[in-house]
Order: sequence, then C-alpha cells, then structure tokens
Amino acid sequence: MTSAQSAAAPRVGAADAGPASDSGVAGDAIVEIRDLYYGVGHRQIFEGLDITIRRGRITAIMGPSGTGKTTLLRLITGQILPDKGTIVVDGQNLAHLGRKGLFDLRKRMGMLFQNGALLTDLDVFENVAFPLREHTDLPERLIRHIVLTKLHAVGLRGAAQMAPGELSGGMARRVALARAMVMDPGMLIYDEPFAGLDPISLGVVLRLIRQMNDALGITSIVVSHDVQEISTVADDSYLLAEGRVVASGSPKELHASKSEIVRQFMSGMADGPVPFHYPAPDYTEQLLAREKK
Amino acid sequence: MIGVAQDLWLSLRRALETLGSMGLFLGRMLAYIPSALLRFDLVVAQIFNAGALSLVIIMLCGLFIGMVLGLLGVDLLQRVGSEDALGAGAALSLVKELGPVTTSLLFAGRAGTALASEIGLMRATDQLSAMQMMAVDPVKRVCVPRFLGGVISMPLLAVIFSAIGIFGTQLIGVQVMSVDAGAFWSQMRAAVELQDVMEGVVKSFAFGIACSLIAVYEGFNAIPTAEGVGRATTRTVVISSVATLILDYILTAVML
Repeated sequence: MTSAQSAAAPRVGAADAGPASDSGVAGDAIVEIRDLYYGVGHRQIFEGLDITIRRGRITAIMGPSGTGKTTLLRLITGQILPDKGTIVVDGQNLAHLGRKGLFDLRKRMGMLFQNGALLTDLDVFENVAFPLREHTDLPERLIRHIVLTKLHAVGLRGAAQMAPGELSGGMARRVALARAMVMDPGMLIYDEPFAGLDPISLGVVLRLIRQMNDALGITSIVVSHDVQEISTVADDSYLLAEGRVVASGSPKELHASKSEIVRQFMSGMADGPVPFHYPAPDYTEQLLAREKK
Repeated sequence: MIGVAQDLWLSLRRALETLGSMGLFLGRMLAYIPSALLRFDLVVAQIFNAGALSLVIIMLCGLFIGMVLGLLGVDLLQRVGSEDALGAGAALSLVKELGPVTTSLLFAGRAGTALASEIGLMRATDQLSAMQMMAVDPVKRVCVPRFLGGVISMPLLAVIFSAIGIFGTQLIGVQVMSVDAGAFWSQMRAAVELQDVMEGVVKSFAFGIACSLIAVYEGFNAIPTAEGVGRATTRTVVISSVATLILDYILTAVML
C-alpha cells in the first residue's frame, strides 16, 4: 500500500473532526509524521506511516503487540532515526536537529517509560528533582517546593524518602509521572501507562492523564493496547497494524467502525485480519515430521 | 586452514573495532571531564563506591601477600645468607610490581564488575534512555564520574596495598622468623627510592584508566538483557586482567 493509500484508507467516521486528514489541522499540529519508513534488519516495521498529533489533545496510539508503538515513540523523541520520511515535532524537523537542538526539544517533553525507569541510585525525591538539578540553578528551597508539589499531585508526597526498589509497580509509574512533569513540559508521552496496574492505580493514572491535560493544556500521546481504558480519556486515536495506520478517529468512532481489523482489535477477538498464529509450516506436517525442526 | 585464517582475521578485526570504539568512547569522556570536575560530589561518591568499598579486600589481600613474601623471602634469602635484605626485596617487589598489578586485578574483580553490571542494568531498565529523554547525556552524568572515581581510587588502593603488604612481610619476617628489625627497615630505606615509588604510582594510574574505561564501556554497551549484562560483566574481568598484564609488561620495559 502506498503512503497516499494509507493516509486515505484509515479515516473512520468521516463526518467528525479527526486527527489525521483534516484540512486546517497542520497549524494546530505538534507532531507531524509523513511517509515514514523504518525497519530493523529484514523486518519492516513502518511502511509509509502518516500521523498528525494535535496540540492540547490526548492522542492514543493503539495496536496489537509488535506493531511498533514503542518504536514510534522512540522515533518521535529522536532516539532513533527513520529510514525514510519526515518527523516534525513542535515545528522542528528531527532529521535536521543536531544533538543540542534535540536536547533542547526534549527539555520541552516528558516521557513516562513502561517500567518507570526510575534511577535506582536516587530516592523518590531525588528522582523527581533530577531534571531540575540538571537543567536549572534553582535554589534548594524552590526545588524542594516544586518536587513536593509534583509528588503531592500524584499522591506520593509521603513516599519522598523511599528508594525505587521499595515502590510497587503502580507507585513507581506515578513517581515517573511526577518526574516527567516536573519541568512543566508542553508534551507528555506515555508508553503503556496501564500495563500491570491494579484497578485503583489504573484509575489514578487515567485521572492524572486527563487532569494534567485539561489543567496544564499540554499535549499527551498515549501508547497503549488497553482499549477500554484509553478510550475513556483519549480525544483522538490511531490504530496501527502491518506497518501503517489502519484507522483513526475518536475512540467512539473506532468502536462503531465496520472495518474487520478495527472490530477485531476493539473487541479483542483472537483471530481475524491480525492472525492469532505466527506464520508457521502446516501443523499436521510439522507434528508428523521426524526431525525436530 | 583457510577457515581458521578467516576466523583469526575476523577476531582480529573485531578486536580492532572494539579498541577503536573504546578509544572514541574515551575521547568522549575526556571531553566531559572539566564539567564533571565542577560537580565533584558525583566523583567523590564514585571514589567511595570504587575505592572505599574495595578497601577491606585490598587490605586483606595485601596482608596475606606480604606474609607469603615474608615466608618465601626468608626461606630463599637464608640459602644465600642475606635474609637482612628481606625488607628491601619485599618493598621493591610490592611497590613496583605486586602492589599495582594485584590491586588492579582485585579492582577489576570487585569494582570493575560492580561498575559494568550497574551501568548495564541501567541500560536494561531504560534508565539511560530516561536520562536521554530528560536531555541529560548519560555518558556525562553516569560514565564520567564512575571513570574518574576508578582512576583516582586505583593509585590510592595500590599504595595502601603495598603498605599493608610491607607490614605483613615484617610481621612474618621480623616478628615470627626473627630477621633483624633494624636491618629490615634500614635496608628497605636504603634500597627504595622515590623513582621506584613513582613507577608503582604511574603503573597503577595507567591500570586505573584501563580498568575503569573497560568497565564503563562494557556496561554502557551491554546488550539490555540479563544475559547481556552478565556477559558484559565477565568481559570486564577478562579484558581488564589481560590488559593489566600487557600494560604491566610495556610499562616495566619502558621504565627499566
């Protein structure tokens, strides 16, 4: 499929304002990905990907495991470079940014990693204070004030002196969220923020994503395959499969879609356009074969 | 035969590539040293980790190696009737050779592995990626303080090793095997010159650079899996030990 096709095909619920193909969206866009190709070894992960993420909204990137959602985040944050295509973030083409330009851009972003990625040699307080200490000359009293404010926002002010190893998965994720927002970024990126969370922590994280977006007017990009959870907070969503966008629109539009692949993903059917089985030789032949392989 | 030659050539090429990559990594770290010295608290913390936490093992090994030198030295020197030279012989071998080399091997086994596995685990748990996302270069924030900590610690540890080793030799030679104490100390003072001490310090400084660089490089470039971190740790010990012995020969030959 060509890039033009992939850009045209995915739109769901054409009547409503959607994320990718609207005219007049370009000026409002904080991330624009055009005709993106990226592969690792012989495996092509993206083939002509087009995505537009609008400023001030919560955009969900969804898709089955292995479709390259985390890779997409790494591309957006400049951790890896595409083989072909352009990625423009906040008006800056990542391909033309030097190391300093990239670091300046990252100072305006916050990222929540799947596992929290807290620095294990620092306690909770110092983890949240880390970006402030590295990038500012603020007095210690002000740093303390900011850190405690952010920890209070995620409900973990009381855990300030704890070591990362003493935290549960949900607590670590919330501390990482406090760290991600300590520099008051314009864009927050969440990589699988709901994975492995208990219902209470999950509810807390969902509420925090929505509240921060509304209160601070930031842009949020949430990569997840937890359809139900992400649907409750996302304004826009993209569904990735087979290296391209197979559908986009509001979560409501995606739920109402007649597309087989969208229905399979949104309702969690085991088999469909996205096969349950990884490509393999004939089952019977393989069972009857004498050799191990 | 051709297959063996091809394997050898591939191994050699890979070794040269690693050496080149390590050289570039060292250059990158050296460029950050002035800014790292401005935040010396980070370096002090790493001197504590690499140096102070290695003290017990260094002192214990120094004591026992000194005691062995005492036993063997007395036995050997008695055969030629010059056991009074025990102090000079032990001090020279400890200060010039045994101190720096053994300290370096012990450092590679304790501090080197700790450094490599710590940085490797930081890589495996996305801590280094998180730093990059916070616009902080992990080479500057993680690698350089650890490298400097190792480089500063090594000569200090080697000096302590030699001092404890001389004490161990004295303990066995003078206190147990009745070598004359006056002869032991006076011969040592007469034989050991500042140049000998400097030779040991230069060696341990060079070993400190080599071992710290290898540990930090291996950890930083570890494959982010449990197996990858384990392999990086093993490589740190093996490469550091071999590098120590090769460097020792070169430096000894140069400073003779």
